[in-house]
Amino acid sequence: MPQSHILPGFRPAISYTLVYLALIVLIPLSAMLLKSFQLSWEQFLAIITNARVIASFRVTFVSALTAAAVSGVFGFIIAWTLVRYPFPGKRLFDALIDLPFALPTAVAGIVLATIYQPSGVIGKAVMSVLGVQIAYQPVGIVFAMIFIGLPFVVRTIEPVLQEFDTAMEEAAASLGANRLQTFIKVILPNILPAALTGFALAFARGVGEYGSVIFIAGNMPYVSEIVPLLIITKLEQYDYAGATAIGLVMLVLSFILLLLINLLQGWLRRRGGQL
Amino acid sequence: MSVSVTVCKPLSLADPAWFRYLLIGLTLAIVGLFLVLPLITVLTEAFAKGWATYRDSLSQPDTLAAIRLTLLTAAITVPLTTVFGVAAAWAVARFSFTGKNLLITLIDLPFSVSPVIAGLIYVLVFGAQGWLGPWLLDHDIKIIFAVPGIVLATLFVTFPFVARELIPLMQEIGHEEEEAALSLGANPWQMFFKVTLPNIKWGLLYGVLLCNARAMGEFGAVSVVSGHIRGLTNTLPLHVEVTYNEYDFVGSFAGASLLAGLAVVTLIVKTLLEWKQTQDLKAARKASE
Repeated sequence: MPQSHILPGFRPAISYTLVYLALIVLIPLSAMLLKSFQLSWEQFLAIITNARVIASFRVTFVSALTAAAVSGVFGFIIAWTLVRYPFPGKRLFDALIDLPFALPTAVAGIVLATIYQPSGVIGKAVMSVLGVQIAYQPVGIVFAMIFIGLPFVVRTIEPVLQEFDTAMEEAAASLGANRLQTFIKVILPNILPAALTGFALAFARGVGEYGSVIFIAGNMPYVSEIVPLLIITKLEQYDYAGATAIGLVMLVLSFILLLLINLLQGWLRRRGGQL
Repeated sequence: MSVSVTVCKPLSLADPAWFRYLLIGLTLAIVGLFLVLPLITVLTEAFAKGWATYRDSLSQPDTLAAIRLTLLTAAITVPLTTVFGVAAAWAVARFSFTGKNLLITLIDLPFSVSPVIAGLIYVLVFGAQGWLGPWLLDHDIKIIFAVPGIVLATLFVTFPFVARELIPLMQEIGHEEEEAALSLGANPWQMFFKVTLPNIKWGLLYGVLLCNARAMGEFGAVSVVSGHIRGLTNTLPLHVEVTYNEYDFVGSFAGASLLAGLAVVTLIVKTLLEWKQTQDLKAARKASE
């Protein structure tokens, strides 16, 4: 890290940064912390262990885990194809990967609900072939979370695959390994940190997601109600204590996830990849 | 930012043709079904009842008010987030100080907080039952269920967008040129506008672009603080939600088509900026060799 002594502007820049950070992020976040201190431990526990709250945490985490796993597999296939194989229109497809980052979540929400509802393009086909309904069911939540999680996986694996030294593959091949062995013993271990980082990012995004999920979820308490929606429901009932307690648990969980992702990214950097 | 590179490799490493086609087919299927189909569906739904109905939906007073509020929100938040991003990047990428890693983590924090919580925290500060609620009520200042709340929530969710683009970029560029400018007698502002800004311009535009897309498209955080008052506190994404829930699907998708158009333009400009920046960095590397 270069240390500069002659460059100007450190004091104003750092002061502005810290004041703005405090005003927009830190003070409002601490408001939630202080609000939750107004609850006694028993009150807090009673809110958190309420059956509907626990059910919504289960729905959210199971959906986000499943979606991140599917995004992991899909994302790996897409990243591999985009890096390794030439095909027409590749640049266009590569640019399209970021669509879920750019598309407002409310738009994603209504579009996904329209496509996957029983009368929708995919919903109808799945209904007639498998007899399964996707929209307004817990599985609908998973589909929405795959949509928003996919680019995280592709964009973390892609640069690592690009930087990957094919000389290692050549060495494995010349020593007699077949493609499958090379893939499992040489390529996969090198991609693993990136894949895990992408998985964790997709999972973290899925857990907090609101807009793209609520339209397709059906929002049945105990069955398909996600935690962010429950927080909003509590707020609409002026149950600020309830919303704060649930929000605090969510916040702590996202801190833990953030820490985990930072560790994974550190590991990824040490392995020579970059983000 | 990613760059597409086609890897040329010896035949011994080539995957069998059937495998290549299988994977290309899978990729096209996933991207087609998960990404292209939704984009097309926005348009087919918006124009389901023809061009005239589409145009009428967009010229409703409530729709126009929502568009105006979305533009206003972006016009306030994007400059504030940009100035913060430049200041933070200057401090972090150019100076050493204790707690730097903590600061970087805190700047990234809003990315990992659920948008709903971003809205909730402002309700707890400014809402009727919040810290400042009674005082605001006494002075007849409305923040929650009003435009200032929407702006604040948007400032929170867009917080890291410019800083996190600029910090790694400025670290990579280094500080030699800036020091050279100073030693040749430039004052700090001349150095900033003639050396720093030209060097970071593509990355800065990239951050501004993504920040703008998020500011105009934010839904969860804004939804908590807005109060959904028609014609007053509905942004375009909220208007899309309200009309959808009223079964006005053409109206909802007409609004959605504008936001989807914004997303497509964002992706195109983003691809151009990535290309531009790669060219610049390549040229800079060549020049320094």
